[in-house]
Amino acid sequence: MPSDLTATAAPAPPGPLRAFWRAFRGNRGAVMGLVVVSLIFFVAIFASVLAPHDPLEQFRGFSKLPPFWVKGSDPRFLLGTDAVGRDMLSRLMYGARVSLFIGLAVMVVSMLAGVALGLAAAFFGGLVDVLIIRVMDLIMAIPSLVLAILIIAIIGPNLTNTIVAVTIVGLPRYVRLVRASALAELTKDYVTAAKVSGVRKFRLMTVTVLPNCLAPLIVQAALGLSDAILEAAGLGFLGLGAQPPTPEWGAMLADTRDLMISHPWVMAFPGLAILTTVLAINLMGDGLRDALDPRLRRS
Amino acid sequence: MFRFLLKRLALTIPTFIALMFITFVMIRLVPGDPIEVRKGERGISPERLAQLRHEMGLDQPVWKQFLDYANGLLHGDFGTSIISKAPVLHEFLTLFPATLELTLSAMIFAIVLGIPAGVIAASRRGGVYDQTLMGLALTGYSMPIFWWGLILILLMSNTLGLTPVSGRVDLIKFYYEPVTGFMLIDSLLSGQKGAFLDAVHHLILPMIVLGTVPLAVIARMTRSSMLEVLEEDYVRTARAKGLSWARVVGIHALRNALIPVVTVIGLQVGGLLAGAVLTETIFSWPGVGKWLIESINRRDYPALQGGIMLIAGIVIVVNLLVDMLYGLINPRIRHAK
Amino acid sequence: MKIRTLLGAALLASSMLVAGAASAKSLVYCSEGSPENFTPSVNTTGTSFDAARPVYNRLVQFTPGTTQVEPGLAESWTVSEDGKTITFKLRPGVKFHSGVNGFTPTRDLNAEDVIWSFERQWKADHPYAKVSGGSYDYFNDMGMPDLLESVTKGDDDMTVVIKLTKPNAPIIANLAMDFAAIHSAEYAKYLMDKGTPEQFDQIPVGTGSFQFVAYQKDAVIRFKAFDGWAGKPKIDDLVYAITPDATARYAKLKANECQVMIAPNPADLPDMKQNADINVMEQAGLNIGYYALNAQKPPFDKPEVRKAIAMAIDRDAIIKEVYQGAGQKAKNPIPPTMWSYDESTVDIPYDPAKAKEMLKAAGVEGLKTDIWWMPVQRPYNPNAKRMAEMIQADLAKVGIEATLVSYEWGEYRKRMQAGEHQTGMLGWTGDNGDPDNFLAVLLGCNAEGKPNGNNIPKWCNAEFQEVVNKAAEISDQAERAKLYKRAQEIVAAEVPWVNIAHSTVFEPLRKSVTGYKVSPLGAHEFQNVDITE
Repeated sequence: MPSDLTATAAPAPPGPLRAFWRAFRGNRGAVMGLVVVSLIFFVAIFASVLAPHDPLEQFRGFSKLPPFWVKGSDPRFLLGTDAVGRDMLSRLMYGARVSLFIGLAVMVVSMLAGVALGLAAAFFGGLVDVLIIRVMDLIMAIPSLVLAILIIAIIGPNLTNTIVAVTIVGLPRYVRLVRASALAELTKDYVTAAKVSGVRKFRLMTVTVLPNCLAPLIVQAALGLSDAILEAAGLGFLGLGAQPPTPEWGAMLADTRDLMISHPWVMAFPGLAILTTVLAINLMGDGLRDALDPRLRRS
Repeated sequence: MFRFLLKRLALTIPTFIALMFITFVMIRLVPGDPIEVRKGERGISPERLAQLRHEMGLDQPVWKQFLDYANGLLHGDFGTSIISKAPVLHEFLTLFPATLELTLSAMIFAIVLGIPAGVIAASRRGGVYDQTLMGLALTGYSMPIFWWGLILILLMSNTLGLTPVSGRVDLIKFYYEPVTGFMLIDSLLSGQKGAFLDAVHHLILPMIVLGTVPLAVIARMTRSSMLEVLEEDYVRTARAKGLSWARVVGIHALRNALIPVVTVIGLQVGGLLAGAVLTETIFSWPGVGKWLIESINRRDYPALQGGIMLIAGIVIVVNLLVDMLYGLINPRIRHAK
Repeated sequence: MKIRTLLGAALLASSMLVAGAASAKSLVYCSEGSPENFTPSVNTTGTSFDAARPVYNRLVQFTPGTTQVEPGLAESWTVSEDGKTITFKLRPGVKFHSGVNGFTPTRDLNAEDVIWSFERQWKADHPYAKVSGGSYDYFNDMGMPDLLESVTKGDDDMTVVIKLTKPNAPIIANLAMDFAAIHSAEYAKYLMDKGTPEQFDQIPVGTGSFQFVAYQKDAVIRFKAFDGWAGKPKIDDLVYAITPDATARYAKLKANECQVMIAPNPADLPDMKQNADINVMEQAGLNIGYYALNAQKPPFDKPEVRKAIAMAIDRDAIIKEVYQGAGQKAKNPIPPTMWSYDESTVDIPYDPAKAKEMLKAAGVEGLKTDIWWMPVQRPYNPNAKRMAEMIQADLAKVGIEATLVSYEWGEYRKRMQAGEHQTGMLGWTGDNGDPDNFLAVLLGCNAEGKPNGNNIPKWCNAEFQEVVNKAAEISDQAERAKLYKRAQEIVAAEVPWVNIAHSTVFEPLRKSVTGYKVSPLGAHEFQNVDITE
C-alpha cells in the first residue's frame, strides 16, 4: 500500500513505487534473488505439470538411484530416487510447494497478528502494553526450537500445526517492530494533527499510522519468510513437521539419514533445495531493505 | 546506573513467575504419560500404573502440583527427573558445561572470523573481497544447520577422516573425572599428554556448525556498522588530517562500529541455544539441548520444566547483561537513562 | 603412562584403575545409550540390561549364542512330580566382587542372597522395595507375583526351594532372564547401614566375570576382569563407549577405537563387509515384526479380508528397502530358530490382482483406513515410517486408501493396546526362547474372551486359546511342540496379522576379536571373548 493514500501525510515523493524499483534494480544480488525466488514459485505452482512423475509413486526395484551424471543412474530419474524408489526431482518440486506454503502462511498470519498486537500495545499503552511485551519477552527467552517442539508435542505433528508453532515462535519480532515504529510515528506532528482534528482511534491506528510503519514491516516479512522455511525444515528434520508421505524437504532429509554414507545424494538434494530457497529469499530481502529504506539495518 | 539495573532486575521477577506458570501448564497439556513411555512393548497393568502415578504425585490435581512445584522452586528445588531419579538441577549442572563450552567456542569462532571479515568487506566496499565475503556470509546465514552438520560429517569425518564424528574426547585413550565439566580445561588438568588436543579435535566440527550462523550475522553487522561510521565527519576529518587508513579504521572507526555489534552478539545467545539443540543432536554432544529433546520424548515433566526454566533464565540474564554492557560502552545511552 | 588414582569416593575405593596400562588387554564395546542404572530388575531396556550383565549372574543362564538354558549360580535343580516345587542346589564357593564402593564381602554366595533378590521385587515391605522408584516391571509382567508361592531356604544354606501356585513350564527359562539377577544381600545391608541405599543400583556388586569400576553418563562405563566362579576372563578391561549414533559407532570401529559395536545401519553393511579388518557376524533374531489388522473393526473382522490384505503387500520389497536385506520374510508368528516352529506353513504369496478380487468378493470397496507406524526404531523394525509408506502404496494399488498415523512412543502403545487403530505395526523380541512368550502373550485372550493388552490385532479364537493354555501347563517339550504347531496352523488360517519379517541381528567386530557369540536374545556378553593384538 503506497503511503500517499493518506491525505494527512507529508507530501510523498512522486512515484514511490518507481523509485523503489529503480533502487532495487540497481542491486544485482537482489535481482538474482528475485529471479530465483520467482523460478521456485513457478515450479511450486506448476509442480503438477512440470514434475516428471507422481511424487508419491514408488518405483519398486529402482530405489536409491544416483543423479544423472553419476554412474549407475537411470535417465528416467534425473536426480535419482529416494529410499523407496520415488523420483527425487518430482519430490523436490512438490516440496517447494509445501515449504513455500508454510513460509507464506506463517508470514501472513504473523503479519496480521503482529500488526494487531503491536498497534494495540503502542496505542493503549499501560497494562495492555506491559502484558503484550512481557508475553513476547517470554517467548523470546525460550530457545525457539525448544518452544516449537513443545508446542508441536501438545498439538500433534502435522502441516497446520507446524505453521502454528513457527508463527508463535517468530511473532515477537513482528510485534516489537510494529510497536516500536508505531511509537515513533505517534510523536510526529501529522499524528497530533490528526488527533486534534478528531480522527477516531481505530482509524488513526490503521489508516494514519500503519502505512507509515510498512517499510520495515515488509522487510521483516521477507526475512520472516526465509526464517519460517528454515524453522519448519528443522522441525521436519526432527520428525515433527509435515507427516509422510508429504514431500517436505526437512523430512526428506531426516528420512534418509541412515543412507547418509552409503547413498549421500539422497541426503544432499533436499538440503540444497532448502539452502537455495532461503538464500534467494534473503538476497531479495536485502535488496528490498536497501531500496525501501537504506537506514534500516538487520542483524 | 545502579537504579537502572535494579529496575531491570525487578522487571524480570514477574517474567519468571509467568514463565513458570506457562511452562507448567503447557507441559501438562502434552499428551502421553511419563510412566507409559518407560515401558517396552509389554505395557503395564492399570493398577501398577495408578500406584506409580501416585508415587510421583501425578494423581494430584494440577493446581496442587503447581503449588508444590512453586514451593520447591523457592527452596531451590527444581524437582527430580522421572527417568534418572536424579535432581533436575544436578543433571542440568552436569550437562550445562558441555553446552556452554560448545556455544562459547562457537561464539568465539564467529567473533574472531566475523569482525575481521566485516571490516575487510567495509573497507573494500563494492570490491571483489566485499562481494565474496558478503556472499559467503549470506550463504552462512541461510544455512540449514542440521544439513550443514551432516555434510561436514560426511566430508570431514567420513571421506577425509580428519575429525571424530561424535563425543567430546576419546575416553578410551584418556580417562579422567570431570572437575569443571569443561573438557578443554579438564583435559589440561588431567595432565595426560594429548588429551587437550584430542578435546579440541572433537570440538572443531560442532563449533563450526553452530558458529556458522552467528559468524554470518556478525560479519554482516560489522560491515554495515563500519560503513556507517566511515561516513561520519570525525572519520573524514581524521582521514583529511592525513592519518593512515589502518589507524583510522583500527582505532577510530572500529571502536564506534563495534557498539551495535556487541548488541547483536548478545542477541545471538538465544539463537545459539536453539542451534545447540540441533547441533548436539547431530554430534551426540552430551549437553542440555539434547537432554531437553530427550526429556520431551520421554515425557520427563520435571526435567523438561526445570530445563526450560533454567535456559530461559540464562537468556534473560544474558540479555540484561548485554543491555548493561551497551550502556557502558555507549555513553549517550547511559546519560539518557 | 603413569598410574592415576581418581577423584570421588567411589573411585578412590577402587583405586586399581590403571589408565591405559600397556600390558592390559582391553576391549571397547560401542554401545548405543546410557543405562538408567545397574540393577536389571528395575529396568526394562536392553541397553540397561547390557550395562549390568557383566556384573551379575542368575541361578540359570542362557548358553552364549543360544536360547538353551544351562546352570548358572545353581549347579543343578530338580522339579517335583506335580511341577509345583523347584529345588535349586547352589554352586559352592562363589565369590562376590570385592573393593567396589568400599565394600568387602565376608562370605560367599548362599541362599540368603537368592531370597533377598526375589523378595526385593516381590514383597512391598522389603527394605529395598522402594529404592530407585521401586518399579519391578519384568517381575510383574512375567506373572511372578501370581506364580510364586514361596522362595525359601532348603535343608542347608546352599539350597533354595521355589514353590509355585501352579505348574508352569517356562519358569526355568524365565529365571535365566536379567530381572532374576542375584545380588549380594550383604552389600545391600552395608549400604543401608551407611544410609546410602540408592547407591545399590548405581554402583553394582555381583558375582559376574567383570567388576564395576566407573561410569560417566552419556560417555563411558568401565569394568575390570574378576576371577570368579566362571574363571578369569581373557580380557583385563572391558569398556563400554556410549555412542548413540550408528554412523559414529562405525567410524570408531573403523579407527579401532572400539572393537565390537551394536546395531549398525543396515545401509552401511555392504561397506562393512568389504572392510578387511571387520568381521560382520549375524544371527537370526528371536523376533517378529508384524502389521496387525484390528479384528474388532470391520471389515477386518473377516479372515478373507485380512488374507487379501496380506496378499496385497509386497513383503519382498519391504525386506529389501526397510530391512536392507537384513531380515527374513516371516510366515509364522514365531521365528524359525525357536522350537516348535511350523515348517509346513504355506506362506501367503504377493498377488495384488487376486487380492483385489478377494476384496471385491468380500464386498469391500472404496475402503478408507489408517496405518499406524511406530515413531522409534526397534530391532524387529528398523524403519517403521518407511514401511508404512510402502504399505500405503501397496494398499492404494488394491483400492484401499490409507492415511498414516503416529504418536509419541508411549502414547502409541497405549492407544494400540486400547485398540484405537484399524491397522498398525508393532513387533516383539523374545525374552527367553519359549514359544509361550510369543503365542500366548501376543495373540492370547483372557477367560472372558477379551484380548490381552499385548494382543494388538484384538483377535480371539477359542481353539487357539485352549491349545496355548494347555501347552503352558505341561512340561514335556515334544508334547508342547505339537500343541504350538496346532496353534500356528490356526494363525495361518485366520491371519490375525500380516507376518512381515524376522530381522537379522548384525554385530560388526574387529577381526582381532575372538570367541564372541551373537545372542539371539539381543544380549551382549564378553565373558569368553579374547582379543589378539
